[in-house]
Amino acid sequence: MTDDLTLGERLRQQGVSRRGFLKFCAATASMMALPPSMIPAIAASLEKAKRPSVIWLSFQECTGCTESLTRSHAPTVESLIFEHISLDYHHTLQAAAGDAAEHAREEAMQEHYGKYLLVVDGSIPTGENGNYSTIAGITNLAMLQEVAAGAAAIISVGTCAAYGGLPHADPNPTGAKSVEDLISGKPIINVPGCPPIPTVITGVLAHYLTFGTLPELDGLRRPKAFYGQNIHDRCYRRPFYERGEFAETFDDEGAKKGWCLYKLGCKGPTTYNACATAKWNEGTSWPVESGHGCIGCSEPNFWDAGGFYQALSEPTGDAGGTLLGAAAAGVAAGVAAGVLNRRSKADAAEAHEKITVEDLTRD
Amino acid sequence: MSSLDAIKVAVEGIPAAADAAANALPVLHEIRHALDKLAASGEPTVIDLSAIPFGPGDLKQLFATLGKGEVEASVNAFGETRVSETQYPGVWLVEHFSPQGNDLATHIEVTRLPSMLVTPEQDIADASAALTLRLQQDHD
Repeated sequence: MTDDLTLGERLRQQGVSRRGFLKFCAATASMMALPPSMIPAIAASLEKAKRPSVIWLSFQECTGCTESLTRSHAPTVESLIFEHISLDYHHTLQAAAGDAAEHAREEAMQEHYGKYLLVVDGSIPTGENGNYSTIAGITNLAMLQEVAAGAAAIISVGTCAAYGGLPHADPNPTGAKSVEDLISGKPIINVPGCPPIPTVITGVLAHYLTFGTLPELDGLRRPKAFYGQNIHDRCYRRPFYERGEFAETFDDEGAKKGWCLYKLGCKGPTTYNACATAKWNEGTSWPVESGHGCIGCSEPNFWDAGGFYQALSEPTGDAGGTLLGAAAAGVAAGVAAGVLNRRSKADAAEAHEKITVEDLTRD
Repeated sequence: MSSLDAIKVAVEGIPAAADAAANALPVLHEIRHALDKLAASGEPTVIDLSAIPFGPGDLKQLFATLGKGEVEASVNAFGETRVSETQYPGVWLVEHFSPQGNDLATHIEVTRLPSMLVTPEQDIADASAALTLRLQQDHD
C-alpha cells in the first residue's frame, strides 16, 4: 500500500520532475482561482499533503454532478488530485455492490472517524419518513445523519445538495431538503451549479488537500474564490449592456453581433459562479458565449425564480427601492442585485415583480 | 456525395473584429504597469490568463499585440510547457500543456527569466551527485 505517501512523494514516484511539480502547482493554483503569487506556498503545502479519506453519498440526484467531475477537461491534474484522495465510497463509481459496498462505507467511517471528508450530491427527501429514496434499505436521511456525525467537513456538490435543487422545486412532492437544512454543527461548504463546473469541484478538494482547511465562504456557504463575483460583472458582453445594446430575439442582428442577452432572460446579474472565466468543455465556451442567457443554476430555488426566457425580475419589498435607487445613481444593476441575492435564501421565494431594462438603466 | 450536401448552408453571423468586446486592452495596461514595476524594483509579476473573462477573439488579439520576440523554449516536464518572449522584452508567454496535450494554464510572466526555465536548487545538488557517481563508475 502507498497510503502514507505525501503528494510530492507520489508524484516523484510517477516520474514527475521538480519542474513538472512546479507546473502541477501552477495548474492547481489556476484551478483553485488563487493568484500565481501563491504558487510557492501551494508547492510547499502540496509537497507534504497526506491522503484524506473521502466518502461520497449520492441521494436524490441525476448523476450529472459526477458526470461533470469525471469528464473534466484537465484530466491529468484532476486525476492526480483524485488519485491522492482515498475515495472509499461512491456507489456510482465503485466496483463493489450490495453488502460489500456498504461494508466499505462502514469500514472507512470507523477507521477515519472524525477525519474523513463527506461529499454529498443530491437532495434528501424527508416526506414519508424519507422512504422516497433508500440505499441498501437505509433512507437517505438516516445515511446522511449517520455519516455526517463522523465527518471532519461536508462538501455539498451541486444545487440539489446545496439548496434542494430540482427535487425541491414547487410543489416539492418528496419533501426534499438540502444538506445544510438537515445537518448542523459541522463545517459545510456548498458547491452549487447544475452541474457545478468540474474544476470548481476539484478546486475545493485541492484547497482542502493543500491547506487542510475549507476555503473562505460567502453568505450562502459558497467558496468566494469561485462564487465571489456574479456572471454579469465578469461577462465579456458587459460592455454591450453598458451601451444599452441588447439582443431582442435569438436571431436578430443584436444576437448575431453578440450583444447583451439581458432582455432574453439572462440571469447573469443575480447569479454567482465562475462560468465566465472557467468556461466549459475544455475551456471552449460557456452559455452566454454560445448565445444563450445564464439560467442561474447555482442560485437557490432557480427552478422557481420565473421563466428562463423572461427578463430578470427582482424581489419586491423594502429592498426594491434601494435597487432602483442604486441603478439610478449609476451603480451597476448587478452589484445591487447581488446585495439582494446575498440576503437569506428565503427571500428568493418572495413574490417577483417584473421590472424593465429602462428601470435599471435610466439616468 | 451524400444527400446532406444538397442542403444549402449559408454561414453568417460571425462578428466582425469591430464587434469584439476588446477585453484584451485592460490586460495590456496591466502588463505595462508590471514592466514599470520590474524596471523600478526588479519585482516580477505573473498574470493568470484563465482568471480573466475573455470573449471570442480577445485572446487572439492579445497575443497578436504582444507578438514574437527573440526567445522560444520548450520544457518537457509533466507534458510540454512552451515559453516564449514577446516582442516586448521582459514580457513572456508561458503555456502549460498536460501530457495529453490539453491546456492546463496560460500565464503572462513579466520577469527577466520565467521560473520554469530556472533549474531547481535541489536538482543542481542531485545532478552533482549523479555526475560524481558516473565518473567514479567510469574510473573503476
